Amino acid sequence: MTEPLLTATGIRRVYPLPRPSLFGGRAERVALDGVDVTIPEGGSLGIVGESGSGKSTLVRILLGLDGATAGTVTYRGQPIRPGRPRPMRWFRREAQVVLQDPLSSLDPRMTIRSVIREPLVCLDVPGDHDARITEVLEAVGIDPAWRTRYPHELSGGQQQRVAIARAIAPGPRLLVGDEPVSALDVSVRIQILDLLRRLADDFELTLVLVSHDLGVVNYLCDEVMVLRNGVAVEQGPTGRVFAAPAHEYTRQLLDAVPRLP
Amino acid sequence: MSEPSESPSERSSWFGELWRSWPGRIGAALVGILVLAAVVSLVWTPYDPKQVEPRQKWLPVSWGHPFGTDGAGKDLLSQVLVGARTTLLVAVLTVVLAAVVGLTLGVLSAITPRLVGESLAYVIDVLIALPTLILALVFVAALGGSVWTVSLALGIGSGVVLARVVRAEVSRVLTQDYMITATASGSSTWRSIWRHILPNIASTVIVQLSLIAALAVLAEAALSFLGLTPVSTPSWGRMLESLQQTITVHPGALVFPGLAVVGATLGFNLLGDALRDAVDPRLRGRSATVSPVFSSVVDRVEDPAIAPVSGGGGT
Amino acid sequence: MTTLLEVEDLTVTIGGRPVVDGVSFVVVEGGRLGVIGESGSGKTMTALAIVGLTPDGAEVTGRVRLDGEDLVGRADRSYAALRGERVAMVFQDPRTALNPVMRVGRQISEPLRLHRGTGRREAARLAVELCERVGLPDPERTARAYPHQLSGGQRQRVGIAMALACRPALLIADEPTTALDVTVQAEVMALLRELVVSDGTALLFISHDIALVSGVVDDVLVMRDGRIVERGPVATITGAPEHPYTRQLLDAARRTSYGRRS
Repeated sequence: MTEPLLTATGIRRVYPLPRPSLFGGRAERVALDGVDVTIPEGGSLGIVGESGSGKSTLVRILLGLDGATAGTVTYRGQPIRPGRPRPMRWFRREAQVVLQDPLSSLDPRMTIRSVIREPLVCLDVPGDHDARITEVLEAVGIDPAWRTRYPHELSGGQQQRVAIARAIAPGPRLLVGDEPVSALDVSVRIQILDLLRRLADDFELTLVLVSHDLGVVNYLCDEVMVLRNGVAVEQGPTGRVFAAPAHEYTRQLLDAVPRLP
Repeated sequence: MSEPSESPSERSSWFGELWRSWPGRIGAALVGILVLAAVVSLVWTPYDPKQVEPRQKWLPVSWGHPFGTDGAGKDLLSQVLVGARTTLLVAVLTVVLAAVVGLTLGVLSAITPRLVGESLAYVIDVLIALPTLILALVFVAALGGSVWTVSLALGIGSGVVLARVVRAEVSRVLTQDYMITATASGSSTWRSIWRHILPNIASTVIVQLSLIAALAVLAEAALSFLGLTPVSTPSWGRMLESLQQTITVHPGALVFPGLAVVGATLGFNLLGDALRDAVDPRLRGRSATVSPVFSSVVDRVEDPAIAPVSGGGGT
Repeated sequence: MTTLLEVEDLTVTIGGRPVVDGVSFVVVEGGRLGVIGESGSGKTMTALAIVGLTPDGAEVTGRVRLDGEDLVGRADRSYAALRGERVAMVFQDPRTALNPVMRVGRQISEPLRLHRGTGRREAARLAVELCERVGLPDPERTARAYPHQLSGGQRQRVGIAMALACRPALLIADEPTTALDVTVQAEVMALLRELVVSDGTALLFISHDIALVSGVVDDVLVMRDGRIVERGPVATITGAPEHPYTRQLLDAARRTSYGRRS
């Protein structure tokens, strides 16, 4: 049994709220309340939840971009905690992220080439950077000659492809997507999902996908975890969970999705 | 995959963009004239601006004296030319100092952890409460009037106002997703500031700095009008002060230094606006009539290179 | 069946480009029509053109006939008289569709006071009734709340209450549930269906989500690049689409639905 790639145990994230009065106690908002995650190497996990479920918070904690109030995150045996950029570099080379809004995740003032070059430079990735840029652009289906363009000159789907290219450029093992296709048109969504699946196969990536969209998670992930108000209410193989949900909330979610006749 | 075509952003440099709009042309021209006047006056003026010629007093506009002469027979054009030097120097020094003060304080107060950042913000707010001109008077009283003390005061006074704007802008940029991905890409704090934050606040900062330059022109004129700068330093404000004593008898002469002040102020204002647009890659190659927000949506539909192509790298 | 809305050869040009290109369709009284399209298809601009809310610089040509009267090119004043009264719109983003500094009850009563001349007190009472009708909890208290004190789903219900305040003949809903959680979406859709049926309001429902649209309308238009590429009853469009684009959309929709894994 291979050691899991990424594990998180007992993750709790609490936000202090502003004091309602000078004498009252401090209220707090519990975003995550004891969540455990185990991701095997080469696996694909979908984290499903509605707004307020804590899924985005969880992802940020898994990536070391935010600190948990309690609980630990371990990547290949090493603890992961947010810290200064330099000591985190080894982890950044291994784990990359693709965010929801393609336009806002690309610096509007940088050319495509600069965008993809950034992780290569900051993470000291060896080899010819320009060649790598060409390689990843081709892998995501963007003409490498477009490297001189700016993000606003690309369509939403193309921007997201660039974001994916940037994420795989340093050769990570783990790719995390936070609603990576939610902002895209339906016909483009399928293309990006197929791209992610293909890249996961070609580059041997482990995938973690966060989405409110059950269909997206169904399409791409072997395992699924259903979050509600900071608690994991159900977990298991996607096929089983969606065909025979054990928890009431999962059933509610499945029923609420509009279905084609 | 579709044919690569020349992207709009490649076609024009920022200077070309500047020249495309009327405000840009006028602004650049006015500021250009100011710079030209200042530089030329270092080596040549039609007459010595300080030379008193009692017999040439109050000459009207003529080929020999394009601006006429004043009550002491001194050529007005020459005076305006050397005055441009002072105006330009004060404007440049003020802008540089304001930029340093504003960017440093503003960025620091936005990115440092809560307690430090917010304390700094309070300090900035307190400093803003000090009126810039009063600050200038205090500096002049304490350190003596000169181009340097005036610029110092104006630079600090406008710098703290800029700091507030910068803090708000940096806070906005920090919420953008590309800041998260920069961190995920391993970018250091300094690098993120330099490569991501500064370029994205550039538009706002440029406009603010141009306003500061314009205000510096006016402030310098006002301060020298009040006699706070040494007599030895030529200045439009001083010209206005001495000419206004005979305004009822010779009103025409005032027009020239007055127009110079107005022209310089207007020039900096227009230039700032046009520069802001020229520097933003999203606005290049676009006609001025269509709003940039809307046209970016419309453009994408039309350009065949980026229209959706079935089954391939188009989308 | 009486024709309520007749759109003929509607074209909206912005910056020389046709964003809506020769669109024609009919909505009968009490009828329900869905408009499906992706971004850039022109579906929202079509709706805006019908109510006269196209952005400055947009040129609108063609005919839009409501109750037999042509609306295109009318001054904003006469349009304003119709908006809220004969035709009302529910927008996508519950955060920005409501005035953040006005209490919710007052926003609902506004169309009543404007169009029906209802007095302040009577309008406030009707607003509370409407809050109840759209399923808002504790209607009296909710009516006094500000938009930011309500959840997204609640705000969208307020939007619907505002739209239906004067019992318009036509309700245009532009992606009304896109910004909502899926469980909330289901509730709001159920509400919309129920209200539209009980009031006999005609519905023009715009969305990118075919599955969603198919649950609430009788007929569908598929738009792409400003044109209608296919139209027909819901069952035909979803069951046996003819146009390759429609087929492409349906294929993508089916594959990303949570059914059997492909």
